[in-house]
Amino acid sequence: MIQLPSFLIISAIVFTLGIFTILYKKNAVGILMGVELILNSVNLNFIAFAKYVDVGINGQLVAIFIIILAASEAAIALAIILSLYRERATIDVTLVDEMKD
Amino acid sequence: MSNLNSLQYFIPELFLIVAILVIIVVDLFLKKNKKIVSAYLAALTLVVTIFLAYQQYGYSPALLFKGMIVLDSFAIFFKIITALSTLIVIFISLPSFRTKAEYYVLLLIVTLGMFLMVEVNNLLMIIISMEMVGLISYVLVGFNKHDLKSSEASLKFMLYGATSTAVMAFGFSYIYGISGHLNLDVIQQSLIINQPQALPLFVAFMMVLAGLGYKIAMVPFHFWVPDVYEGAPTPITAFLSVGPKAAGLALLIRFLITLVAHPSAGNAANFIQNVSIHAPLLLAALAVATMTLGNLSALMQKNIKRMLGYSAIAHVGYMLMALVVFNNQGIIAVMFYIVVYLFMNFGAFCVVESLTDKLGSEKISAYTGLGYRAPFTAIAMAIFMFSLTGLPPFAGFIGKLYLFAAVINQSWYILALIGLLNSVISLYYYATVVKVMFLNRQENAPPLRVALYNKLLIGALLIPTLVLGLYWSPVINFTSRSIGFLFGK
Repeated sequence: MIQLPSFLIISAIVFTLGIFTILYKKNAVGILMGVELILNSVNLNFIAFAKYVDVGINGQLVAIFIIILAASEAAIALAIILSLYRERATIDVTLVDEMKD
Repeated sequence: MSNLNSLQYFIPELFLIVAILVIIVVDLFLKKNKKIVSAYLAALTLVVTIFLAYQQYGYSPALLFKGMIVLDSFAIFFKIITALSTLIVIFISLPSFRTKAEYYVLLLIVTLGMFLMVEVNNLLMIIISMEMVGLISYVLVGFNKHDLKSSEASLKFMLYGATSTAVMAFGFSYIYGISGHLNLDVIQQSLIINQPQALPLFVAFMMVLAGLGYKIAMVPFHFWVPDVYEGAPTPITAFLSVGPKAAGLALLIRFLITLVAHPSAGNAANFIQNVSIHAPLLLAALAVATMTLGNLSALMQKNIKRMLGYSAIAHVGYMLMALVVFNNQGIIAVMFYIVVYLFMNFGAFCVVESLTDKLGSEKISAYTGLGYRAPFTAIAMAIFMFSLTGLPPFAGFIGKLYLFAAVINQSWYILALIGLLNSVISLYYYATVVKVMFLNRQENAPPLRVALYNKLLIGALLIPTLVLGLYWSPVINFTSRSIGFLFGK
């Protein structure tokens, strides 16, 4: 029988991986993937808590909503990245520094 | 309250939703040179929405949609403030965005998101409403898509925003795990009865602060501010510095009441004793960091929008300072300051917007001798600058007076002292703008013609800045009446 801590440990690992992806990736799409990892760890947490703590469907509902949010966020993010790519022909965030002092 | 019964208390939002759809459809039938009509329609929508929201003032507090959102006078106050800020932004945008109906529709959608943000009572609703404001803001920042700076600002805003929202959602998942509930009022009851361990709650609290702190541009989640403020179209910069920030502060206050304030102590004053997360001290440290970093960085700025961006960070620091005491006096001070800040900050940005095209530059040095080239605009700018500093007899002084009074009343003397020192520092960079405009004279510079429309708008923002400095009791009375919270009392 898998218990609650197993889920929490997995989601904590995924969360950490997501944070490291965001910190170390230079590609904007890579950073987005890190954000998706974090959101997935959130989903895992909510579903695990819904099963073991709340005993209802609240947590699962949140997970569904977060999946939708992640999709809409990715749509807008990719549109922005695309419009930048058209101007600069790069999506390396370290090279995008028009406004650095 | 059940879903169907709730609808009658949801009229401003419903009206806004219908108006958004109508404007989108109407825009399809407008000719290219008549697109400005949809901007007028958007402004009209907001006026009606403010009126409808004000109508709700008499209602007794209620939980709507099975506890998803809450209707209380606090929410209504912030609804009026956020709708007003969008309305002013539409007026500022009119000269530069004449043919873009979708721009105004997006602004209306952000307003709807901010309405939801200030009345949430549910963790899921917090995430959804913040994303609603966030996603549309990313698009608005990058609205001039052939402008490289605008696209870059949009990218940075989006990457930081997505990360901080995701981290906040992770914090929410822990709060859900600790309490087993999603509605804020039930979470509060659960926290009091079950007395959870401090560590997980502290971790969750910090993660949520990352998301909320990002929205209100609190140090250390402020990285996006200077670049986004510089790159975004000026009306949007002005909008970001007031509207979403006010909504974020409202959300922060509501969230703090749930997590750290005790409901049985008579007012929202007492921080929960059994949860040792030291929220007042933490907030005090964040407030000091926010205003000091904002002010010190603003000293070195050459670009006026960047300078105003850092000054916006500093002002968040002042407001956080009053949140540290977290009694009714502090919250009233913050709410009053937001009203004052709305007028003076929009005023400053309105001057910048009306001069940028004429001067062809956003550098502070371009303002040299402006006092002789465009006297009215320059004097207005000087008044806004002094008001932002907090000098009497302008509105900013009264706002700061209330903030400091709230802090000193609860014996946070060192915090008040640091705040005071910060105000002195801020005088330097605000006064620099005034000095450049009036003391330095450009030889043979022709007079600048600022459009009458812009002058009227600046004048309309100037009047409250001056009047509120001398006669502010109606506003403070209005704010005091708006302090009703459904829970946390």
